[in-house]
Amino acid sequence: MYVMDASTPILKTEDLRMHFPVKGGVFRRALASCKAVDGVSLSIEHGETLGLVGESGCGKSTFGKTIARLYEPTEGAIRFEGVDLASMSRGQLKPYRREIQMIFQDPYESLNPRHTIGTIVEEPFVIHGMGTREERRKWVAELLTKVGLSESAMNRFPFEFSGGQRQRIGIARALALKPKLLICDEPVSALDVSIQSQVLNLLMELQREMGLSYLFISHDLAVVKHISDRIAVMYLGRIVELAPAAEIYSNPVHPYTKALISAIPVPDPTHNPERVILEGDVPSPIDPPEGCRFCPRSGLEYSDEVLKTKPPFLELEQGHWVEACPACVPDARLV
Amino acid sequence: MAKLPGQRPFGCSISTSSINVSDAASDNVLEVHNLVTAFDTDAGQLTAVDGVSFDVRRGRTLGIVGESGCGKSVTAMSIMRLLPQPMGKILQGNVQFDGMNLATLPRDDMRSIRGNRISMIFQEPMTALNPVHTIGKQICEVLTQHNDLDPDVAWNRAVEILEKVGIPSPEIRATEYPHQLSGGMRQRVVIAIALACGPELVIADEPTTALDVTIQAQILDLMKSLQRDLGMSIILITHDLGVIAETCDEVCVMYAGRVVERGDAKELFANPRHAYTQGLLSSIPRLNGVPKSRLTTIDGMVPALNELRPGCRFCPRSERDYEPHHLEERPDFLEISSGHWVEACPVCT
Repeated sequence: MYVMDASTPILKTEDLRMHFPVKGGVFRRALASCKAVDGVSLSIEHGETLGLVGESGCGKSTFGKTIARLYEPTEGAIRFEGVDLASMSRGQLKPYRREIQMIFQDPYESLNPRHTIGTIVEEPFVIHGMGTREERRKWVAELLTKVGLSESAMNRFPFEFSGGQRQRIGIARALALKPKLLICDEPVSALDVSIQSQVLNLLMELQREMGLSYLFISHDLAVVKHISDRIAVMYLGRIVELAPAAEIYSNPVHPYTKALISAIPVPDPTHNPERVILEGDVPSPIDPPEGCRFCPRSGLEYSDEVLKTKPPFLELEQGHWVEACPACVPDARLV
Repeated sequence: MAKLPGQRPFGCSISTSSINVSDAASDNVLEVHNLVTAFDTDAGQLTAVDGVSFDVRRGRTLGIVGESGCGKSVTAMSIMRLLPQPMGKILQGNVQFDGMNLATLPRDDMRSIRGNRISMIFQEPMTALNPVHTIGKQICEVLTQHNDLDPDVAWNRAVEILEKVGIPSPEIRATEYPHQLSGGMRQRVVIAIALACGPELVIADEPTTALDVTIQAQILDLMKSLQRDLGMSIILITHDLGVIAETCDEVCVMYAGRVVERGDAKELFANPRHAYTQGLLSSIPRLNGVPKSRLTTIDGMVPALNELRPGCRFCPRSERDYEPHHLEERPDFLEISSGHWVEACPVCT
């Protein structure tokens, strides 16, 4: 069906768009569309962690849910090891569902409070009709041990666990079917710092052990920098910059990336940052301009022309890509 | 201590504590001594704040940092006397503000201080605002509560305050409802309400936790510039050490209901003495850290309120050797260098 070699990324999106209709009026007609993800082309290599950062409302969670096919994309392709998932039916998708799993932000809301931990972690096996009851119990016990919980957790309920432990349960459930790609949507944002580092260590260990690939979505840039190989910066449905983790922090090109990085509070009182403070908030993704979306907020001078034409996504240096709006990135040159 | 004319200081003696209060008292807008706050629950009385002491200097910012459940918000609630009733009680301690002990102040007197001379900024700007009143009206409410103002004058003042907190076209915004504003704008409105009466002290409980980093930078910047203009003192409660480092002059580190370390921000970040402070500082990923390296962790978790021991509460998580008596005898709170205090458990410090 398809040829797979080491150079095929585990996941590749091509001009992926996820538009939601905004309905209103007497007949609930679509009046406008909310362009949550609007032409995103990214790839995730085998064993790689791709960090995705941006402000709330920029579409990063929608992107994660779309590639997990929790939404049906409006346009574009999602190639998982070369196979396009974008237009598949539910039935066709089922085998691929095992390969892509998600970890959610809120460990309090993503576990059913009425089920025991055993039932919660076992459910993926039940859905995919795997194993006998005894086998499944054994697998659940193994998974719990793997994420650092005791087997006895199986018979307890979510409320008996702390936030960090619940996140471990969520990770165990996501790992049940031995996926290749994990989409981590703000997995440590709701946790305290001391617990956050425990969960990050666990994710890094699991990646080494099982060769997992991660899409790591977060608004905490220090966390993303620590765990990611490459980082994509998203603004209003589009990727504005993509580069290796160290490169994007040492040499940010897009003014939005610069502002994001300079806004990170550094835990060192002697550090005195030259801060770029952005005016205003992320604008509404309902019918945004086709051209550069950051210009109106950048404080730079721009012409109406740049709002009309979609800026090209250029590779400046090896692996360092930027959305080259002539106003935001005036001196963009190709490699 | 500065007093307004005609206001009589409340006669109250300062309880015995290990803190020396005699010098530099006039510099402090608020002095908290040995505050103990407990809640009555089905499981008995649980002590959420257990002997907390700190001072807030005039025109400066004190940060209170700690993980969820360490008692930082309950400390704020105790100072503001906003503890849930009838479960929450201040059992002991002295909260000195302008010659009064807020811990024992009659309710009516407290009402004239709350929102007026001490005010609060809450974490979640959507729930802190009333969704069915316009923003202007909500600011007017504070103004008219504490001042004898005509409605028109109050409205104009409300618009002025909105302008001061950086809300564009404040005349129009004042007539709008909270849902019409973004999260960052709402937090500016919450700040406007807190500052409406020109308070001497503002308690900000996780004011930027619900916001994006870019908006957080705007709000922290705004609070700093308002502090420069208006000269109020701030107690900033947060779990984010980055925010503390950028905004605070002094820091209190809280753990399981107690202050384990307190001192000048620069000194405390450069030279943390308590094992908990050290653990916190080393467990955050840094931008200049080694990518994908194993992060330092603090094993285990914060003890539940019904499992607290009288002695050092961090020993079991410190990964150091301790003996049972360390959990039973409360360590002294000692000044190890000028202004740098630490809960001197022999194991953890």
